[in-house]
Amino acid sequence: MATLNSNTDLETGAQMDFVSRLRHGELGFVPVIFALFAVFLVFHLANPYFLTPRNLSNLTLQLGVLGIMALGVSLVLFIGEIDLSAGSVSGACAVVLVLLSTELGLPGLLAAASAIAVGAAIGWLHGTCVTLIGAPSFIVTLTGLLVWQGVQRMLVGNQIGQMLINDPLITGIASTFIPSWMSLLLIGLTSAAALIHFGRQWSAAVVGGIAEVAIWLARAALYPLLAIAVYAILSQHSGVPVLLLILAALTLVLTVLTEHTPFGTHIFAVGGNAEAARRAGINVSGIRVLLFAMCSSMAAMSGIVAVSRQYAVDSNTGGGNLVLDAIAAAVIGGTSLFGGRGRILGSLLGALVIGSVANGLDLLGQSANVKSIITGLILLGAVSVDMIARKRRIRSGAAGA
Amino acid sequence: MQPPLLEVHDLHKRFGSVQALDGVGLSVHAGSVLALLGDNGAGKSTLVKIVSGVHSPDAGSVALDGSTVELSSPRQASGCGIETVYQDLALCENLSVTQNLFLGRERRHSGNRLKGWFLDRHAMRQEAERAFQVLGSRIPSLSSPVSSLSGGQRQAVAIARAIVWRSRLVMFDEPTAALGVEQTANVHQLIRRLRDQGVGVLLVTHNMVDVFALADRIVVLRRGKRIAELNPTECTPDDVVSAITGSSIAARES
Repeated sequence: MATLNSNTDLETGAQMDFVSRLRHGELGFVPVIFALFAVFLVFHLANPYFLTPRNLSNLTLQLGVLGIMALGVSLVLFIGEIDLSAGSVSGACAVVLVLLSTELGLPGLLAAASAIAVGAAIGWLHGTCVTLIGAPSFIVTLTGLLVWQGVQRMLVGNQIGQMLINDPLITGIASTFIPSWMSLLLIGLTSAAALIHFGRQWSAAVVGGIAEVAIWLARAALYPLLAIAVYAILSQHSGVPVLLLILAALTLVLTVLTEHTPFGTHIFAVGGNAEAARRAGINVSGIRVLLFAMCSSMAAMSGIVAVSRQYAVDSNTGGGNLVLDAIAAAVIGGTSLFGGRGRILGSLLGALVIGSVANGLDLLGQSANVKSIITGLILLGAVSVDMIARKRRIRSGAAGA
Repeated sequence: MQPPLLEVHDLHKRFGSVQALDGVGLSVHAGSVLALLGDNGAGKSTLVKIVSGVHSPDAGSVALDGSTVELSSPRQASGCGIETVYQDLALCENLSVTQNLFLGRERRHSGNRLKGWFLDRHAMRQEAERAFQVLGSRIPSLSSPVSSLSGGQRQAVAIARAIVWRSRLVMFDEPTAALGVEQTANVHQLIRRLRDQGVGVLLVTHNMVDVFALADRIVVLRRGKRIAELNPTECTPDDVVSAITGSSIAARES
């Protein structure tokens, strides 16, 4: 045991910290990144078309619906609740969007904002049922799944088959690519932000010697290099899609909210020990209701993206395995189903794993059934890794006693 | 003479048909430890909950430094410098040591408006380090989750909250109930350090070792009434036990 004065975590000593964290079951993004590499490697070997710019461009567009939903669902998982209704909510809000646009002739922006507001109201309702009645969120949102699916089908029922939409703003969300100069500007901004953020730690790294400097470089250069790589690949096809920027922006905003604000700490406090949070003066019910509302708003956003991709909505929009895939994405990304653990970026990476599997199996001509089985097995793997890590964490806690 | 740090006067509290407190008064002076003893249901917890703002009394008053205060919520009590260390410690095991110390009262960046929304980790970390230095306590890492700490270290985290918040009165609810001999000794040391900082300590316990190691005075409750006030240098554990159970009043009636 070290004394306080020789604490070397957080700012410096990153390398020691990383290894010891792993050993104590704090796996972070290691499993999901490992899974991602494995999936990319397997599908590349099975079909070289998988890693072409054209297919990767396609993959980023396919990621939108699942990715946004997974971000929302992970918020609810952070407080130890679950939302099984996200798929139905996204479908119902998608229908609301199309009806407002075609029947009432609302402009795209207003229709989209209204659909998100409807989503927020639905989530508020779920959260209120959970906090006021004290019903488990599993049951409340299972009810929501059935109810909002019914509402969606009733609203679609008057129409024959699909309801088309032709609002340019809505259809443009998934079919617009930003020009090169804008991509380069964003790369510049990312680099500047990384420099400002990590610049403060430079002097500490220099004191730490060559290894520390190498780690500093790797950390500071990670996001700019990632941005350059994404641009380099996607610009060989149609360019960087607006949808990817939306996904990146949502990830950034939610990451800052959950990791750098008091509110974010309170979220994880509620997920870890709600009673302790309440005694610390945190408004536990308020946070629960708000996060259900945020989750359903994000589900509505994913419904809007689904409409934008299909130029239409039908009774299957948001249906199928979507919500289960979203929950799986969060868990693969390191979010605990028991609450109190997880990171937003992990959920995005988890969605990328599931999206890649679906895309890759499509390329290999496999059926939806095979996709379902493979995704299920990956989820089982992710949960197993989490459980083993959890045991290690508990054991390392006991060892410290 | 300086008024006591905490003075509760003639407290009454009834839950349905149970008279939990029936005219209890006591006082805690700054830099001293008062042990509050009594059998189960004697009213100890009710008194602690009234002073920590969880319950409000039916009658009676609570005064700090001689002036009466309204304590209608835990937030208000902690605002008055009253901290409670619960038996279960009320820590979030998934959060880091520092996050637990500042839970519900996180430090934000000062200065410009945008930055004011965000956590000031550096400031919190420095204050946390200072708190553990004052306590003379060793914690492996301030950024490691509480789940990786031992029971005694967790006690230190709960107690360090009082240092961080510059609490003037700290109430302990059975602080050593779940600890072994060595860790109990460590907690005693922490409580002494707290007392030496001029903090008033109200210690609710069943453990006679705690009482005779720490207490400057002992108050015994039975069925909601104050039965005795004892001086630990002038009585034996047997005297205290008989005051608690009421088998024979060896102690001076108060």
